[in-house]
Amino acid sequence: MRVALFVTCVNDTLFPGTGQAVVTLLRRLGCDVDFPTAQTCCGQMHLNTGYLAEGRRLARHFADVFAGYDAVVVPSGSCAAMVREQYPKLARAASGGHGGHGGHETGGGPVPSGAAGGYEPRAGEPAPPAGESAEAGPRVYELSEFLLDVLGAEDVGAYFPHRVTYHPTCHSLRGLRLGDRPLRLLERVRGLELVPLPESEECCGFGGTFAVKNPAVSAAMCADKVRNIMDTGAEVVCATDNSCLMHIGGTLRRQRTGVRTMHLAEILAATEDPAGTAAAGAARGVAEDAATTAGEDGAVTRDDGAVTGEDGR
Amino acid sequence: MSGNAAFLGMPAFPRNAAAAVQDSQLRFNLRKATRTIRGRRASVVAELPDWAELRAAGRQIKDHTLRNLDRYLLQLEEAVTAAGGHVHWAADAAEANRIVTGLVRATGETSVVKVKSMATQEIGLNEALGRAGVTAYETDLAELIVQLGDDWPSHILVPAIHRNRSEIREIFRAKMAAWGRPAPGELTDDPRALAEAARLHLRERFLSTKVAISGANFMIAETGTLVVLESEGNGRMCLTLPETLISVVGIEKLLPTWRDLEVFLQLLPRSSTGERMNPYTSTWTGAAEGQEFHLVLLDNGRTRVLADEVGRQALRCIRCSACLNVCPVYERAGGHAYGSVYPGPIGAILTPQLRGMASELDASLPYASSLCGACFDVCPVAIDIPEVLVHLRGKARHPRAERLGMRAAGWVFDRPARLAGAQRLAGRLRRFVPGRLPGPLAAWTDTRDLPDIPAESFRDWWNRTNGGTR
Repeated sequence: MRVALFVTCVNDTLFPGTGQAVVTLLRRLGCDVDFPTAQTCCGQMHLNTGYLAEGRRLARHFADVFAGYDAVVVPSGSCAAMVREQYPKLARAASGGHGGHGGHETGGGPVPSGAAGGYEPRAGEPAPPAGESAEAGPRVYELSEFLLDVLGAEDVGAYFPHRVTYHPTCHSLRGLRLGDRPLRLLERVRGLELVPLPESEECCGFGGTFAVKNPAVSAAMCADKVRNIMDTGAEVVCATDNSCLMHIGGTLRRQRTGVRTMHLAEILAATEDPAGTAAAGAARGVAEDAATTAGEDGAVTRDDGAVTGEDGR
Repeated sequence: MSGNAAFLGMPAFPRNAAAAVQDSQLRFNLRKATRTIRGRRASVVAELPDWAELRAAGRQIKDHTLRNLDRYLLQLEEAVTAAGGHVHWAADAAEANRIVTGLVRATGETSVVKVKSMATQEIGLNEALGRAGVTAYETDLAELIVQLGDDWPSHILVPAIHRNRSEIREIFRAKMAAWGRPAPGELTDDPRALAEAARLHLRERFLSTKVAISGANFMIAETGTLVVLESEGNGRMCLTLPETLISVVGIEKLLPTWRDLEVFLQLLPRSSTGERMNPYTSTWTGAAEGQEFHLVLLDNGRTRVLADEVGRQALRCIRCSACLNVCPVYERAGGHAYGSVYPGPIGAILTPQLRGMASELDASLPYASSLCGACFDVCPVAIDIPEVLVHLRGKARHPRAERLGMRAAGWVFDRPARLAGAQRLAGRLRRFVPGRLPGPLAAWTDTRDLPDIPAESFRDWWNRTNGGTR
């Protein structure tokens, strides 16, 4: 399988460690990862702020860059949702079709215009399965979808002995419908104590340019998010989007809370071995086995075989 | 949407919201009220196994009706007329106000009672009647509180959501006497006592007023029937007691058949008040015996919305306000910040479409959202509010500094080499990034630290190490 990493412009520029963690993690699970260097940005900032010309250009660029791949992995729920949910709407709008009938129940079929009562309410259509794109082209997966739905790896062999809470970002929760995927991955991380975040489904207030166009409301939303994070007593708040974490983390730092933010990929890439990547070669076999032994401990990554510090905090 | 002048000249949403987030009483009231209703809605929706099907049906019926609106409106007119009612067509607020004022004048009366109605607020009917020497009395409890307090509604379902009971007690004590029966001298802030004071005050009004004005939740084309859902029974009083009934209804409120109503009688109460069934559902067809009935069909921008392929889904709205109760922005900014009788997420897509985006306020409304999508999830007719918000952002005027910044960012993203160059420049200058950013970007650093800029971008790391392999 030719897997391409779309690292996203935010990660590329500000959080290279997240991209490196994805590479480490996927290699450890036996995937060949390519980084097409022609990639830039999915266009979300432009499209969601109302700059359609620039946004469309970037969407076309994305399609060109990733056309030849079987799968594209994105360490961002928001950018994955942009490509998978909003690109098809752009295409429809450009072709003069009905742009106004998107969303999860989309059928978009013509409504009969016959006599009154000549229409039948459709049964509720379920959300499309994760990874399904309305358009032809490579399948775009958010990282946790790729790990679970494609590789079948619930235990990715990670070790992270810290108290962690997970914030489901809006676009991964209500856009991609990731559900409990990230939580399932975190639950299998050895040493990690996962604490539930109260009011977790509430938006943190980032919202892209919303954070600067409506700063008062954005900050008020983040104040509540931070209060809930602090109530968990967690050391680390984890999410699938560094953009939201930049907003939450910026507030946590400004308030000198000492709580840090980490992308899901970075936690999943962590092992006992501080170098992390040293185990990559040894772990090549994991992915092949993963589908059948998904429930078992991915102990392959532990070079020394000694489980130190599992309860060591 | 021409009409209500109360909101003219209001500042843009961000400024209104910035003031509202500092109002601790407002924040407390809103948080408590929206979370209570939100919880109730969630539990009564969860108990229906076929909610998704109902929602899909609601959406489909509305879409079908909107596509055939011309035909159904004529069918409605014919049915209402056959049942003894009079149908009037109003292209805009001024025309609707003129028609209603004329009808009231013809009765010789100088006062009217009102059932809670968004459409009449949209057109500023009470003010228009006032200019013609007619006093309009609101009879919904919350609308009464708003009217006595010389205030504006801040929620579609709970117009006085921004008031707590001690504030309501003060309003009743200070203002009730000027409008009719005074509040009892020993009035406490016990909800039961407040309700009783309102009941006594309103009862006299119902019995002495000969003209009523209502809106409607639904109009059924095949029979010409109008439907009002309410909780307090004030609507039933207004609809049945007076000699003349005038209903002002937006043209999008149509349903083709009685059979369709079944879907909405499930969707609406569960979504709005979080009840399985609302206490009062009144239906009437044409004129009752001894009563004169007028129906004023209101366009006021709706046909223009209908012409927009993306934006028209907003016309499916049944005014349940579920989107307000889940919206994190509404919860913190309050309804008044939206400068319209339609606040919250639905207001942010409805107002700019009905009124246009010429004013600073209206142009700022599509941005009054973090696009979190909670509104779309709860909408009983599946209006993709985030999609319409983004669509409207594409039509809005953008500030000059933002335009330049976005153009520059687009230029950088157009070529990977430009992006790499910008990243290297940022990496080199990273020690000089100030803790407080200048200009509009100060909005970020006012409350948030900036992330540390890395010395090396991901792409440079990839190229230098051949993807981490050397």
